[in-house]
Amino acid sequence: MRFKDVFSIIGPSMVGPSSSHTAGAVRLGRTARQVLGGVPEKAEITLYGSFADTYRGHGTDLALIGGLLNFGTDDMRIKAAYACAEAAGMEVIFKTAQKPGVHPNTASMKLSLEGREAIVTGCSIGGGNIEIIGVNGFDVKFTAIYPTLLIFHDDRAGIIADMTEILKLANLNIGYMEVDRKSRSGDAVTVIESDETLPQPYVQRIAALSNVHSICVVDLRDEEGIS
Amino acid sequence: MRFNSLKTLQELCDKEALTIGQLMVVEQARETGRGEAQVISQMTAYYEVMKEAVRKGIAEDTRSRSGLTGGDAKRVHNYMSGNVPVLGEEACKAMAYALAVSEVNASMGRIIATPTAGSCGIIPGVFVSAQERFGWSDEHMVYGLFSAGAIGYVIANNSFVSGAEGGCQAEIGSAIGMAAGALTELRGGKPEQAVHSVGLALKNSLGLICDPVGGLVEIPCIVRNGFGAVTAMAAADMAMAGVRSVIPSDEVIDVMLEVGSAMPEKHRETAKGGLAQTPTGKKIMKELYGRG
Repeated sequence: MRFKDVFSIIGPSMVGPSSSHTAGAVRLGRTARQVLGGVPEKAEITLYGSFADTYRGHGTDLALIGGLLNFGTDDMRIKAAYACAEAAGMEVIFKTAQKPGVHPNTASMKLSLEGREAIVTGCSIGGGNIEIIGVNGFDVKFTAIYPTLLIFHDDRAGIIADMTEILKLANLNIGYMEVDRKSRSGDAVTVIESDETLPQPYVQRIAALSNVHSICVVDLRDEEGIS
Repeated sequence: MRFNSLKTLQELCDKEALTIGQLMVVEQARETGRGEAQVISQMTAYYEVMKEAVRKGIAEDTRSRSGLTGGDAKRVHNYMSGNVPVLGEEACKAMAYALAVSEVNASMGRIIATPTAGSCGIIPGVFVSAQERFGWSDEHMVYGLFSAGAIGYVIANNSFVSGAEGGCQAEIGSAIGMAAGALTELRGGKPEQAVHSVGLALKNSLGLICDPVGGLVEIPCIVRNGFGAVTAMAAADMAMAGVRSVIPSDEVIDVMLEVGSAMPEKHRETAKGGLAQTPTGKKIMKELYGRG
């Protein structure tokens, strides 16, 4: 089923004018911010396809900035997003570009904070739903509908078992999982979607594993009244 | 969910002696592992957003971000106070309310996507005007929203609900079908009648292309929301009177998929055809973006 429940039909609660160009863009921005783990000092956003053509009319730029500031899809501050960004000390640069074969509503966000960097690319696929296709140079595929763990680690035998052992201790059910690596024995990422949020102590335990570099939690469910 | 067609939805309702709205609450709670009270409270909050959007669109001056549209809901509403609308007051009010919510959407106000932002005026237009007219409780309306959601769930998973995929029939058309079925049920129609009203309504919007001027959710989207509210009421009346959709509603949904899949790309939300590429449409686009 492409649409899972009644609130994917009636909903989201959102600021207009477009579920794909506005609400979806908020969720893309919010996901990127959570990957970075804070309000970026600088955000360079490249828009592709229809996003590039119509972003001003649809407020896609405002929506992406709002997402980076962790606003929900129906936050009225989205309209004043540029002023909010300035107040938060966030510098934002928008660019448009063309790339063959890319989904018509795609944004690539390069964020930096205190020397850290996150690069997140995602598409808005309709009705406010999104798909993240790239994180920090890795190819991934997740929707951010569920709490999602992104674990960056070395490509080593047994590392997946070490991580999932901790999820088992937390009694967390995995709904979807994928691994991508840049090279053999090189950098890798594991993406795990689960039904519930992993409590912080368990997140810390995964972060403390040898060969794990960092972990981030993407969870958009506190927006628009969904708990 | 235990249903993936309007037929199985209707059969489940009949077997368990539930309305479509009641069944949807049960199914939603089961699917998400959240309690029924929590699910109902979220939908109640959504209905409040819808009512507020109606109020705002009628009372305040709305202007879209592009400056292309705004003020039509107010225009229709004002016209009603000094004239006898050809439609009659009730249908005219539903139309004004639907325009209001659509205009709030275009001005970056808060709305509920039903099923999308482009078609967000139809359900609130029909619901809020009917609630005022018949004196229904919010609780009754919220069950109506679950009913609309169940119908939309079937349409979305068997066809589509986005203009980019299936043209305007998928957005405005789906919203009309959802509103028609829900209104039939709110008025006391049986699940079978509600399902017939969905088929009757959808048949009237098959083939509708998505051709927004400048790619924006404004022209013709806003007026189509107004028309949509009126059509939903007409379909509900037909079904309540006993008119049946001779082609079963599930088969009509399949036709929407067939027609939408065959629709050229230029008529699926790309602004490369239809009204967007008329001389005036092109002129507006040039003014907006500095190119043709």
